[in-house]
Order: sequence, then structure tokens, then C-alpha cells
Amino acid sequence: MAEDAGTHAETSEGTVHTGHPTPMTYFKVAMTLSVITAIEVAIFYVEDLGKGIIPILAVLSIGKFALVAMYYMHLKYDSRLFTSFFVAGLILAVAVVFAVLFLFRVFG
Amino acid sequence: MAHAAVAEHGEEHEETTTGLNHRKLLMWAFLGSDCMFFGSLIATYLVYQGKSQRGPFPEDVFSIPVTSVSTFVLLMSSMSMVLAYSALTRGQTKSFRIWLLSTAIMGMTFIAFQVFEFYEFANHELEFHCSEVDLSGTIEKDNHTLTTFQKNQLKEQCEAGQAEAVVDHGLTPRTNLFGTTFFTLTGFHGAHVTLGIVWLLSLFFYSFRKGGASPKRELDIDLAALYWHFVDVVWIVIFTVVYLFGVFPGI
Repeated sequence: MAEDAGTHAETSEGTVHTGHPTPMTYFKVAMTLSVITAIEVAIFYVEDLGKGIIPILAVLSIGKFALVAMYYMHLKYDSRLFTSFFVAGLILAVAVVFAVLFLFRVFG
Repeated sequence: MAHAAVAEHGEEHEETTTGLNHRKLLMWAFLGSDCMFFGSLIATYLVYQGKSQRGPFPEDVFSIPVTSVSTFVLLMSSMSMVLAYSALTRGQTKSFRIWLLSTAIMGMTFIAFQVFEFYEFANHELEFHCSEVDLSGTIEKDNHTLTTFQKNQLKEQCEAGQAEAVVDHGLTPRTNLFGTTFFTLTGFHGAHVTLGIVWLLSLFFYSFRKGGASPKRELDIDLAALYWHFVDVVWIVIFTVVYLFGVFPGI
């Protein structure tokens, strides 16, 4: 997925984007996302996994999340400041989730 | 209006204090804050998971195959959104409009799935002939094994002498804690998707105006695309945490 187009486009505010992926890369990402979703659903029907399904599905879900953020939202190609803003919110959100779960003794 | 220059390594630089376009930076700040919004809703759902005193429970109402299809549609809408963006940056106006409209249509399809799902959840019932039911063993209907709650409902009606019994399978926000947290979380996500559809359709119709679909409009499309991809990644989390974790019998 490293086929970059090296496109240059002047915008109304003078923004110039370079190095965005080609449509083929976007298509490959979409196919990867579809395959991961199919794997998730297939794993879901394997009852023998028990609670072991949680980390497996979590990793697959994080993988899909990262693919969309990196390639479709262009975080891989854009300024790291954009990534910082998004990841900061994401970390806070995850912290909120775990704080609430611990507060209500969900893991107890 | 900000102006930009391109450095040697290709990154964009605007004449702003950050060197970046502030509208785009603001969008990322909004998306970061929206992460916390959905984080709190997901946390609430998880805290009350399994705490409902009465059914229906997730395993009674969720249909993973149906939700998998709607998830696939939303993932594909993200692809068509980036293809619309890509077409615009290349000056391919016709392709841009086709992909943009495709994205909006797929978004509407996703919402249609959600409306269908909510309707089914709220109105679904299971009917039984009491003479054909063995109340001592496992009871199945439409490939669904009755939960203890549903079995008790059936038992009450059949023991009261009814020839036919109806088991309540409906779920609304007022039914139980599961219903309240589920509809709040997925309802807010659906509202985000609906807003995204309105945004995309606005851009589509605006594209027919003079200059409405020129590469100079790239930033406007980029911001809408970021929002659209965000509702997609939120759904990726909801699909796993709420649907897959929610009905897996081993958890």
C-alpha cells in the first residue's frame, strides 16, 4: 500500500497536498477492511474460543481503525500535529472508558 | 486567506502560526473531542452490560449477519469518499460527483439498515402453540433458543390454559438498561451519519454551481471526508464492542 501518487493540487486557500495514495491503494485498503470484517464475523461463530475472543476481536478492530485513520483520513501523509490532536482525544476517550469501568468495578 | 508553500519533503505549510490550515486543525480538534463523546457512551454501555433485570437481552435481538452487511456498506462508503476526494484533486469532475453521490447513497443505506434494525427490535414477537411446546426442555423458534426470561413468559401463558402464547421479543429505550444504553449509543451514531449525509448532498448539489467542483474546493471536500471517515471508525468500534462482544455466548 505504498503506491503514492505524488499529486499536487492548489486549493482555494493555497493548500498543496502531496504524496496521497492512488485510487488503487484506496481500493486495496477497502478490500483489507472487508476481509478483516469477514474474519471478525467468522471468529465470532467459533464458540470454543471463550473469552479469548476479546483480545482477537480487539486487535482486528484496532487494525481496521488504524487503516482508516492512516490511509483514508491521510494521517500517514499529513502533519503530525493533526495526528496529535486526534490521538490526544482518542487516548482521553480510552482513559475515560477504563476509568468508568474500574469505577463501577466491571473488572471486579 | 492563508497562503501555502511546499517544503522539500512535500509537507504543506501555510502562513499561520502553526504552518497548517486552521480549518483542518479545528476539524481534527473536533474529531478528537467527539472521540471522548463516544467514549463516554461506550463506557456507559459497558458498565450496564449484563445488568438488565429483564429481557430482551442482546442475544435475543441482535442479528450479526444483518449488521455485518450494514458495516460492510459503511466501510465501502469510506472508500467511495476517498475516491471522490481523489477525483476532485485530479480535476475529474464527473467521477467526483459519481463517487460523492455513491457515498451519500451508501450512507442512506446504512441508515435504512439501522431503521429496519430498530423497528425489528421494537416490534419483534415469537408465537408458539402451547400444545407443541415441551416446557421442560430447551425451546427453539426461528433458529433462536429461548432465554430463561422468554421461557418463563411462555410457561406463564401456557400454564394459564392459553392455546397460543406470544413471547415478547421487543426492545425500546424504556425496556431495560440494555435498551437505554444501546439506543443512546447507536442513535447518536446514526445522528452523526445523518448529518454527514446532509453535508455530502449539500456538496454534491453545490458542485453543479460554477467552480463548485474545481480542485480549489479540495479543502471543503477534505473536511467532509474526515468527518465521514470518523463516523466509520466509530462504527468499527461499536460493531465489535456492542454487537460482537454483546452476543458472544462465551463472554
